[in-house]
Amino acid sequence: MKQYMLSVHHESPAEVATISDEDMQRMFQQVDAFNEEVRQAGAWVFAGGLEGIESATVVDARGGAAVITDGPFAETKEYLGGFWVITAADLDEALEWARKGSAACEGRVEVRPFQGEA
Amino acid sequence: MGADAARGIEQVFRAEHGRLVAGLIRRFGDIDLAEESLGDALVAALQTWPEQGRPPNPGAWLATTAANRAIDRLRRESTRDARHSEAFAMTVNRPDPLLEAGALTEQDGAVTDDRLRLIFTCCHPALAPDARIALTLRLLGGLTAAEIARAFLVPEPTMAQRLTRAKRKIRTAGIPFRVPRAADLPGRIDGVLAVLYLIFNEGYLATVSGAPVEQDPGRDASARDDSGRDESPRDESPRDGSLRDDLCAEAIRLTRVLRTLLPDEPEVTGLLALMLLIRARRPARLRDGVLVPLDEQDRRRWDRAGIGEGHDLVRACLHRNRPGPYQIQAAINAVHTDAATPADTDWAQIVALYDQLRAVHPSPVVELNRAVAVAELDGPAVGLALVEPLALAGYPAWHVTRADLLRRLDQRDEAAAAYDRAIALTGNPAERAFLRRRRAGIDGGAGVGT
Repeated sequence: MKQYMLSVHHESPAEVATISDEDMQRMFQQVDAFNEEVRQAGAWVFAGGLEGIESATVVDARGGAAVITDGPFAETKEYLGGFWVITAADLDEALEWARKGSAACEGRVEVRPFQGEA
Repeated sequence: MGADAARGIEQVFRAEHGRLVAGLIRRFGDIDLAEESLGDALVAALQTWPEQGRPPNPGAWLATTAANRAIDRLRRESTRDARHSEAFAMTVNRPDPLLEAGALTEQDGAVTDDRLRLIFTCCHPALAPDARIALTLRLLGGLTAAEIARAFLVPEPTMAQRLTRAKRKIRTAGIPFRVPRAADLPGRIDGVLAVLYLIFNEGYLATVSGAPVEQDPGRDASARDDSGRDESPRDESPRDGSLRDDLCAEAIRLTRVLRTLLPDEPEVTGLLALMLLIRARRPARLRDGVLVPLDEQDRRRWDRAGIGEGHDLVRACLHRNRPGPYQIQAAINAVHTDAATPADTDWAQIVALYDQLRAVHPSPVVELNRAVAVAELDGPAVGLALVEPLALAGYPAWHVTRADLLRRLDQRDEAAAAYDRAIALTGNPAERAFLRRRRAGIDGGAGVGT
């Protein structure tokens, strides 16, 4: 079995801000149902949605002393919203989970394998 | 050893390549190992067959030899990551849905399944389109990286890297070596057909600019022949020219293989018919390096065998009554090839077929080609009214169609301007030469220099 990260990216903070409470509720319910399906199938490793980028802090200790900065890591508007870590026999299985996850959270999902074997 | 003997052995090798490499991949779970050990087997064949004679079953001989070489390599390469190979092998050896369903016997299944698995692996949607084409030609077609590079007019190192990256992605992302499950099969088959059609188009249209050929089913079914062999200086060597046609032949061959592996999929038959009918007209498409449009072609130069087979396949599809885009396009081509002269063309049936096509595969290009047929029935003014609103300003064939209709309506200045636009957008010299000739035939309007 291999492990894959299924990550959800948002186009921009503005995109998320314009989602109505109603739509948000619907997505939460869909994701909850999806998560349950992943757990039932025994494919669940870990998952979670991330707080918004306003809550982010960047730490850079490459030069020795740690530099701490308010804000997200990326310069771009696009940012990571949340992710699932699953086990799957092969990419086709991971892609099938990603299909369902993408429909549930109504966002694009990137599928990347972890290095090494599970 | 004589050149003939070597060539003969290489022909056998090419013909068996797909089957052999697929079997090795299934057994050893590693594409590189499969390719390398198959290469070893070829060397062995070139060494021993000329003296000892060709074995009664060359395929079996090569399979056994390659497998032995693979085992040798595995033993020698003790640093090879055995866990990693094993992990891939686990992916490979999972129960196969087709085998379990009894659709293929264990005996036949072992041979048939492997090529089918390989074709779906090579055409996996997780691979970039360029990668799918390269991998399909390399593993199923048995072409070398150098041959594929020449056919697609890219440097050999570029093509070699493309193949390496594709194989690496298969390994690291865990693309499985299997036939997709039933629910995914229709979409995945479409993907395979698209790759085969891309290969065919590359060999047939041979764009000079290297820009990707627009993959729209409507385009190639148009009444207008788009282009023929690429006559640019780079392709003057007969080897390159024939290699481009070799791509057509290879696409047709692979589609035939796919048809034996998926006999119940009518779109596979449809694509085969479409390719055969298009290619059958090739001998009449060029004269002195200038494109000859369909209505001016010498139909005696058409390949009658190809047309005959294409028509038989189209009839078979009609009986299945599960229409799809490739089948409909093939039927459109069949109406053309059925006509003894341009005047005998059943344009009403062509329009009816385009009506079918736009229902299953709507696109501006399909609308464009339909408008060409409508113009034949209802006159150029009606056709032009359908063409004008289409959002195809970047598409050369749109300008060519407009130019032709305007010319027939005697709107000379507009026709001249449209021909100029088409010439500017067209990369193929044979087609350009044809357009310039049409442009020169219009009185009035200052033209772009010939």
